Amino acid sequence: MKILVCIKQVPQKDAPLKLNAAGTWIHEDVSYEVNEPDAYALEEALRQKEKHGGEVVVLTAGPARAQQVLREALAKGADRAIHLEDEKFVQLDSANTARAIHAAIAQESFDLIVTGLQSDDFGAAQTGVLLAEILGIPHATIIIGIEKTDTGLRLKRELEAGHYQHIETTMPALLTIQSGINKLRYATLIGIKQAKMKPVRKVTWADVESKISPNLQQIVRLYVPEKQKRTEMMEGPAPEVARKVVDYLRTAARVI
Amino acid sequence: MADVILVVAEQRSGQLNRASFETIAAAQAIAKETGWPVQVVLPGNQVMPLAAQLAQQSVQSVYALEAPELAAYTSDAYVHALSQFIGEKQPRVVLFPHTYQVRDFGPRLALALDRTLISDATGYKLDAGRLLFTRQMFQGKFTADVAFTGDAPWMATIQIGAFRADTSAAAQAPVERASAAVSQSSARITPHEIFQEAKQAVDLSQAPVIVAVGRGIKEEKNLSLAQDLANVLGGELAASRPICDNGWLPLERQIGSSGQTVAPNLYIALGISGAIQHIVGVKGARTIVAINKDREAPIFEIADVGVVGNLFDVVPALTAEIKKAKAGS
Repeated sequence: MKILVCIKQVPQKDAPLKLNAAGTWIHEDVSYEVNEPDAYALEEALRQKEKHGGEVVVLTAGPARAQQVLREALAKGADRAIHLEDEKFVQLDSANTARAIHAAIAQESFDLIVTGLQSDDFGAAQTGVLLAEILGIPHATIIIGIEKTDTGLRLKRELEAGHYQHIETTMPALLTIQSGINKLRYATLIGIKQAKMKPVRKVTWADVESKISPNLQQIVRLYVPEKQKRTEMMEGPAPEVARKVVDYLRTAARVI
Repeated sequence: MADVILVVAEQRSGQLNRASFETIAAAQAIAKETGWPVQVVLPGNQVMPLAAQLAQQSVQSVYALEAPELAAYTSDAYVHALSQFIGEKQPRVVLFPHTYQVRDFGPRLALALDRTLISDATGYKLDAGRLLFTRQMFQGKFTADVAFTGDAPWMATIQIGAFRADTSAAAQAPVERASAAVSQSSARITPHEIFQEAKQAVDLSQAPVIVAVGRGIKEEKNLSLAQDLANVLGGELAASRPICDNGWLPLERQIGSSGQTVAPNLYIALGISGAIQHIVGVKGARTIVAINKDREAPIFEIADVGVVGNLFDVVPALTAEIKKAKAGS
């Protein structure tokens, strides 16, 4: 199976984020990591390759810093990487990101494309689904189990509130992967060494620009959320805070 | 272009979901300011009785968009049927509930119509005649006002719980059957029955007190701290998704969009940052206490009491203090 994994570099979960002066984006001088569901998508691709043979290609779109997540993926066992490298890729809407990816892989044909179900930054949960539409292939979302069959794939799809569904699809197909589908591996020392020798193909903005349309949606303003509730904030030595919380629970909330 | 707000409602196995009513409420709020009437379309097979239920929601009209291929959900059939329907009606706004099903077909539908979809909106704004949708970004750390830069239909999905559903019946609106032509030859996906895993042993939806842990608990062995706190309160232990993904607690104790939705009297969140997917599961809680070392954590947005501190210090102190309080009362 020839598998493409689309991954994204996002700010680290506990990184303190600050707004830019225009209030339209964050200050980008923060620590980054791979988007968590994408890490599970990569792991799943590596496992499928181990079972059925083939190749795992990992792709990201973002500035030079994003190469870090490709290196990590190569160290974990991906065979090669594609980097759509430009600052401008960060601000594309989901449809344009999908178009750019499509343009970058136009010369290849994959049996399976996997990506995380959504990103921790935008959280639009659309790019994968849109890439399937552009490629004209079937897709399935929020997948927590993949089994190759003679005719295609048998998938376990997560639904709300503890419900699940099995579905079957033909290949090629695109799947968006839910966190927790597998246990993530760590890169080995040998893997990290080998990663340095593995090919990374760079794709520039100019290479794909002709396929990109104007964004159809745009962030007008980014801001700290407006409070929905009056929150009583407490801080201080633990015993003192504990007394204050208990006091609140007894007198104000009357729950103990 | 018709000045209409169209809501795409959702049913599964003969039942409407609550999120559809919430989305109608969102449409009605926009309608109040714009004067654009609200219409509803319900895709499925033999869904006229359900369409009649939706018609009691103070809407202008309801369409039952029917075809045998829409009986069991597939994205291909839904995209095909709805792109035709929306293409013909040309509504100004199309709203969907942000369910797993809509996440599956919504983006493809928007692209098939050469439009964009703003996903997981928590509200809207009318800014000099321009319709903006607000949505959370960076895991709830920021809110964004997002504008459409292209032509209508403007499409958006509405976050679960963002609007209050009004399920009280109003005057009956007309219901119309619209048959969808879906070609069967294009079936690339075969759906099977929907199921639940082994019967759930705990029902968190009925628990009066829930102590929930997130990534901040760091190691499995630290769960005992949370369990002790739950014990003195006579409550249940629960968790956000990463904890269950790690296998530290069973999936049935997971709270959030993919797990349980709860409404306890008291919800104590320990080391939970408060990603949207978790918060939608606890919006019904009466009192929320959050303990987190990061004062910017989004969980504090919905908390009644927010403790900024190290949970490994605060939780044992809190357990001891509650023990004392209970002994004294």
